[in-house]
This record gives sequence, structure tokens and C-alpha cells, in this order.
Amino acid sequence: MDIDTFIKRIEEEFDDLKPGVLKPGTRFREVVEWNSINALILIAMIKTEYDVTLTADDLIQSKTINDISSRITSRMEP
Amino acid sequence: MAATVPGPREHTADYTWISRKERESLIKNIGVETRRVAPRGVTAADLCVAAAERLLENLNWDRREIELLIFVSQSPDHLVPATACIVQNRLGLPHSCIAFDVGLGCSGYVYGLSLAGSMMQSGASKKALLMVGDISTLTTSYRDKSTYPLFGDGGTVTALEFNQKAPEMHFNLQTDGAGYRALIIPDGGARNRMSRKSFDIRKVSKGMYRSRLHLQLDGIEVFNFSLREVVPNVKSLLKHAEQTMDGIDYLVFHQANRLITETLRKMLKVDPARVPYSLKEYGNTSGASVPLTMVTQLRNQLTTGRLQLLLSAFGVGLSWGSVLLETDRIVCPEVIEFTK
Repeated sequence: MDIDTFIKRIEEEFDDLKPGVLKPGTRFREVVEWNSINALILIAMIKTEYDVTLTADDLIQSKTINDISSRITSRMEP
Repeated sequence: MAATVPGPREHTADYTWISRKERESLIKNIGVETRRVAPRGVTAADLCVAAAERLLENLNWDRREIELLIFVSQSPDHLVPATACIVQNRLGLPHSCIAFDVGLGCSGYVYGLSLAGSMMQSGASKKALLMVGDISTLTTSYRDKSTYPLFGDGGTVTALEFNQKAPEMHFNLQTDGAGYRALIIPDGGARNRMSRKSFDIRKVSKGMYRSRLHLQLDGIEVFNFSLREVVPNVKSLLKHAEQTMDGIDYLVFHQANRLITETLRKMLKVDPARVPYSLKEYGNTSGASVPLTMVTQLRNQLTTGRLQLLLSAFGVGLSWGSVLLETDRIVCPEVIEFTK
């Protein structure tokens, strides 16, 4: 999966995010106010775009955008 | 069919337990702007009975012919006896009436239709009333942002008459009890009897305080369950009935929250005009949400034409199901506002 496209999709979902702020190594909780609604927004986008289900545990274990992206890639159908 | 909601209204914008930004995000993403909240002493049965009185008046049915009454709710009048028995008497239905409760929530309307349909087909009664309603606000904690601003109250009734020539209803009903903790009131039943500790309010996380007699909702668990199970359930039903989504006039989802239903809608590739919402005005009304959405959003279409509908409901249990059915100019009064 293309990390730049993934970042662009996240930027589209969260109004507060200014384009260009998010990098693969960004700790997402530091740039997005992290709460349950934002977690659901992210999970919904990932399910719709990549058909991958992210659990609460996945989010707890992930620190950066790259961490999430790796989890998605590992579960995507070849 | 008919639906009743309590008069008192609460606005998400006034829910000051959370910040203004959170309220705005809730309205935008979860989709609830206002909810109806039953005053103390008003029960789901009261709302359903008010709906039934209006509907029976409009239908001009002879009450002596109604020999089946199913009350689907998770907020009964009493722990014992079954609320359906009390309602049988309140409505003046005959002693020959079969009356019982079904303890399901979000999926309740689809389950209730299946149950009523099969009982009528087996000759139990030619006329039946299916009541689905809940007072969910009774068990949400004001200081729990994960439940309080979501749920609203409502009661509905659907009158069914057996007709040998009626088009078939197709159902697909499912259960996964492994997820029962995702939506639960832990204490007050036989498993964890009510004790003084049941009333203790504890901090669960930021913005979430509740007791063990309050509803607990694991948002991510329910979200992922819905996204995992609903689409395959609907697709399998369509395949079984040799129907396609193009042949459906409206897809009515349980009004869980906008993020869930919009994701499901996109996954099923249905255009927004065919997926009505009552969430904005009434919130998540548990089992009543599908019939309440039909009454409030599709009343004109239901009363004037023939419709192919796909109803899909999912949640507490975990329990979920869908039904494909056809309606033809049904009797459907405007939503009733309950006043004592």
C-alpha cells in the first residue's frame, strides 16, 4: 500500500489536520485529538478503503502512521 | 404501523458534560442532534400502547380478532410478569390472545417480524400486533459520553394480518454470544445480583463514569462487529431471495450511529437517497429504530405505493438480522408525541 495515499486519506477524514503535517513517522495522537470518535473515523476509513479491520488493540499498539500502515499491509489480501 | 416518542427533547449541543468541540464532532460524525427522553414513570409499553390505540383506530380492527401480541424490549414494565400480558389487558385483547415478551434490543424488529410471521403461518392467529420499543435513557449514565448522547426512547407497533397471497418475507437471522459483553448492564440480573456496590459510580476512563447498573458500550467492538457481519448477512439474504440491491427501494438500517451506517452503506454501494435516517432527530432508539425510521422518514411512500424494503438491524447480544419484504399502501399515521 502506498503510504502517501494513506496519509492523504487520513488528512481528508480529519478536518483539523493541515495538509503536509502528517509524515510516516508522525505519532498520530500528537497531531489529532485522540478520542473514541476519531478512533472510529480511522477504523471506518481503513475498512472502506482497504477492507481491513483494525481492533482497539491494534490502535493501542500503534504509535505512528507507519505502525498503522504496517498492520494494514500485513492483513491485506495479496 | 405506528410509532410514539416521548415529548421531552434533549439536544446534543446542550450536553455540557463534554467540550463544545466534542459535541460538534458527535453531531457531525455520530449524527445525533436531538433525542426524545421519557419522563420518569413513562415506559416502553406506554409508548407502544399509545401507538397501538392510534393504529387500531385507523385500521378499524375488531380487537377480539387479535390473538397474538409480541412485545420486544429490554425495558419491561416489571421484572415479573411479562409486559405483553399487561398490554393484552390494557388494549382489551381477548383471553384467546397469545402474549409474550422477547428480550432483544437493536435486532428486535427483524426478529419480531420473523417470529410473528412464522406463528401466523402456522395458524396461531390471523391478526397480530408486534410491539418494539425501549426506554434506553433509563440506563445510561449522564457522565458517560459513550452512551448518554447516543440513545433516545421510542415505542412502535406493527399490525400484521395473515394473507395467503401476500408476497413472501425472507429473513436472515444470526447470533454471536461470544460478544455479549460489548453491550451490557452487568448487575441486576441473576448472574450478578443487585447489591449496594452495583450503585457505585466509577471512573472508567476520561469522560466516562458509570455504575454496574448502567449500560456499558464497547464502541470499537460493536463497530467492528457491525462492519464484519452486516454486509455478508445482507448479501447472503439477497442471494437466497434471488434479489439484487437494485431491486430494493429502501434499505433501512438500525440507527446505531452515522459512522457505522454510512460505512455499511458505502460497502453495499447503495446511494444515500435510498438509506433513510431518523438518527438526527431521535438518536439510537434500540429495537424501535427501524420501524421509527420507516414511520418518520418513509410515511408518504409507505402509505401511497408498493415498496420493496430491506431492513437490517444489529447490536446487543450480539444479535443481528435482515429481512426482505414488500409493503403495499399500508396504514401509517404520523409519529405520535406522547403526553401523559
